[in-house]
Order: sequence, then C-alpha cells, then structure tokens
Amino acid sequence: MAEMIVFIIFAAVALIGAISMVAASNPVYSVIGLLATMFAIAVLYLMLDAHFVAAIQVIIYAGAVMTLFLFVIMLIGVDTSDVYGAQTLRQRVMTGIVALTFFASIALAGRTVWITGSDAFGKPNLNGTAEAVAGELFGTWTIVFLSTVMLLTIAAVGTIALAYFPQDGTQDEVPR
Amino acid sequence: MSFLIEAGIKVTFAFVFLLLTVLALVWVERKFVSDLQNRIGPDRAGPWGILQTLADGLKAFFKESITPSRAEVGLYIAAPIVSMVLAFLMFLVIPIGAPIEINGNVYTLQVMDLNVGVLYILAISSVAVYAITLAGWSSGSKYPMLGSVRASAQMISYEAVMGLALVPVVMFTGTMSLSAIVEAQQGTFGGFIPAWNVVLLPSFVIFLIAGFAETNRAPFDLVEAEQELVGGFHTEYSGMRFALFFLAEYINVFNIAALTTTLFLGGWAGPVFGPTVLQWILPTFWFLLKTWLIVLFFVWVRASLPRMRYDQLMNFGWKKLIPLSLVWIIFTAIALGFRKFGAPWV
Repeated sequence: MAEMIVFIIFAAVALIGAISMVAASNPVYSVIGLLATMFAIAVLYLMLDAHFVAAIQVIIYAGAVMTLFLFVIMLIGVDTSDVYGAQTLRQRVMTGIVALTFFASIALAGRTVWITGSDAFGKPNLNGTAEAVAGELFGTWTIVFLSTVMLLTIAAVGTIALAYFPQDGTQDEVPR
Repeated sequence: MSFLIEAGIKVTFAFVFLLLTVLALVWVERKFVSDLQNRIGPDRAGPWGILQTLADGLKAFFKESITPSRAEVGLYIAAPIVSMVLAFLMFLVIPIGAPIEINGNVYTLQVMDLNVGVLYILAISSVAVYAITLAGWSSGSKYPMLGSVRASAQMISYEAVMGLALVPVVMFTGTMSLSAIVEAQQGTFGGFIPAWNVVLLPSFVIFLIAGFAETNRAPFDLVEAEQELVGGFHTEYSGMRFALFFLAEYINVFNIAALTTTLFLGGWAGPVFGPTVLQWILPTFWFLLKTWLIVLFFVWVRASLPRMRYDQLMNFGWKKLIPLSLVWIIFTAIALGFRKFGAPWV
C-alpha cells in the first residue's frame, strides 16, 4: 500500500515535470521540469530495488546532462520576451497524428500483461546493487559493454575532429 | 514503527549537530584566520567572542529579506532552501561513530547506510550546483549571473575530479558503503601503522583539492570573488536567505572534511579502551578530532593561498588533476590485480 502511494506521487511528479518541460515558455523552467522528471524516475528505480541505476540516473542525468543544458541556456541568454511563432495548419495536423499514434500505442500496450518488480523473474533482491550490475556488465555482457565504450570514444574523437578540422581544407589554428 | 522513531531521532540529532557545528566552525575559522593574519578577530560577544556567530545569526534573522524587482521570485526563494537541504542530505550517510550495542540492539551512528553510499555522495554534490546556478540566474542581476556561470563550470569540472579520486578507494576496499569502508580501515600494518586508506596518497590529495573546489572556498572561490563579482551568486540575497547560503557553505566544508576522514583517515578508527561508556564515546571523539583537523587545514589554506585565475583553475582541473587521477586509477588496478592474481610471469 505504502509502495502504491509512493509510486502514484512520483509517477505524477514525473508526468507533471514532463508536461511542464514542454509547456513552459521560459527554457530555464523547462530544465527544472525535466529535472523533476529525472528525480521522480530515480525514485521509481529505487522502488524496483535498482539502487545503482537510481544513483547513476541522478549523477548522469540530473547532475551532468541537465547542468549542461542549464549552463548553455544561461550562456546564450534567456530572453523572456521570446515569442514563439504561431502554429501553422500543417503543424497542427502533424501534432494530431503523432498524438493519435502515441495514445493508440498506449492503448495497445495496456492490453498486455507487464510483469514488473524486483522478483518478477524469480531472482533474489540483488538485481540493482552495484555488484550485481558489475557482474552482468563485466561478466555476461563484456563484449557488448566494451563495444559501447569503443563507440562512445569514437564518437567523442569524431566530434572533436569535426570541430577542429573543417571539411573545406582550411584548417583553423587548434585552440589550446 | 520503531524504525520510523529511530530515523526521526537520528535526523533531528543530525540537524542539531550540524547547526551547532556550523556555529563553532564559523567562530573557529574567524579566530584562526585572524591569528594567522596577526589580527585579534571577534572578541566582544561572550568569552573569546564565542557567541559572535549566534549574534550574527540572530541579526540575519531579523533583517529584511529583499527581493529584487527583476528576480524570478519562486526560484529566488527556493534556491537558498535547496542549497541548505542538499548540504544537510550529504551528511546523512557519514558514520560519525562506531555502532553502539544496547541490550542486544545495535544502533549505528549514521542516519542511513546505503550500499551505494559513495555514489550517493557524488549524486548530491552534483545536484548542489543547481542551487548556486539558479540563485544567480533568478536574481536577475549581472554579477550573480556571472558568478553562477562560473560556478556551474567549476563545479562540473571538479565533480569529475572528485569522482575519479574516489574510484581507487572503492577498488581498494571493494565496497561503496561508507560504513563498510570505515570497517575496512580497521587494524594496522605491521602492528603500529594504522591501516587507513591514506596509503592511496594521490587519491587523498586529489580528493582534498576537489573538495576545496566543490565547496567554493579559497583558493577556488572564483564563484564569489569579491573583487570581481561583488559577492557572486548571493550578491542580491540578504537576511535569512543569505544566512541559509552561508550555513550551507559551512555545512559543506564540514561534510567534505568528514568525508575525507571517513574515506581516507579511517573514520572513527582509533584506540578504544576503558569502561563501556568510554568505549561508546571514543570512536566519535577520534572521528571529530580528525574531521576538525581537516577543517583547520581548510582554514589554513584559505588564509595562505591567493585565489587562482579562472583559466588556471580550468587547466589545473582538466589538464593536470584528471589525467593524474586516471593514471593513478590504472596503477591501482594493476597493483590490486597483482595482489589478487599474482604476477603474470610467475
């Protein structure tokens, strides 16, 4: 019962945060809305005994990604008198189609029985501890994990290469 | 139900403890700095001016809390509260003494023992930057804005440094729970040298430096550099709201000192002897002694070192500390591998 109440509260916070992120006219409030969603999702992870994932969720998303968003928004400057362009008919039709697809898929998904919870798969309540996650990552899924590491490293190096060495042959002085 | 009562008592105690600590901390800092600078320091309120902080707090309480006309009111009011709450939350996982056994029930002197305690610390300190950033932005004024942009850049950079400095500790002790890390540091090497994690010396030094940057204290106090930014992110704050920021900053100093003690200096480990009551009190005494020595070190550094320039700060973080800690992580991993599996050529 207590678990249900906590779930309802934080699910509501997550949804309200998500909506306010889209609806806010000021980008800083959008960031705060998304931040609330991130925290609420971290709490939901905690309820599934995924402590490690919850901590990582807060560190990476709330701590790093959203701080970066906020930093960029503040650096560019927030103009509160920013007027968003009026919606065209085409945009409205597209929005309608997307919304319909979304709700239809929710309705379809709701017909399936979803098994959740920490002991849904008959495993002990260790699923979310750092040791268990590490065991999976460095034991069962080592190759996949290392491939992801390679992919991210290559992406980072590629981004730097694209930024430093433009395609048109002119090479800027590499900033130090 | 008894769980809730125990938690309630612990949280209340932690809150009162932190407030009293800050009262003492501010006084100690002012006295110590004035000694180092050949001044007298506060000496009017109470013996040796010991009540000065209390008087300042009361004054802040009765002053007007000004809200600038261009401020975003909601965030402007929320920022100091968030800052204070996060500083308080960080303290909750730090064990301040050995577990006490009364009538067969074991009580831990720690509000909560998380199995991801180290990650919790990193999570809280990475969120702490929001309070400062939003305070600066919502003030609707230039200097706070500049201060908060600096703050977010600085705190993100040194957040990474701090995280990397903690990795060798976790690898060495094999756990992320702070109480288990303290347990792992009991005992001695060769009978007389305490088996503290301070053997990971580079980690210890890097963590302390990152701690200075995370708490925005000299020599990394660019966030509130008085000569350039008036007061930085809290320029527009007054009265109790300013006092909350002040409180949060000093709680953070104490937290970093307590964390350094817990992670590297053996926490409450120390010689314990005498009757039962003394055996309960002594671990806490050792913990507080070590923590206050670190706090005094913070104050000493503040009085000794000039503020760094901004580019020096960034270069130091990204080009020196991060590569250094990465090399140290690899070295620790190889050393631990040798210890566990033996040398590959044997």
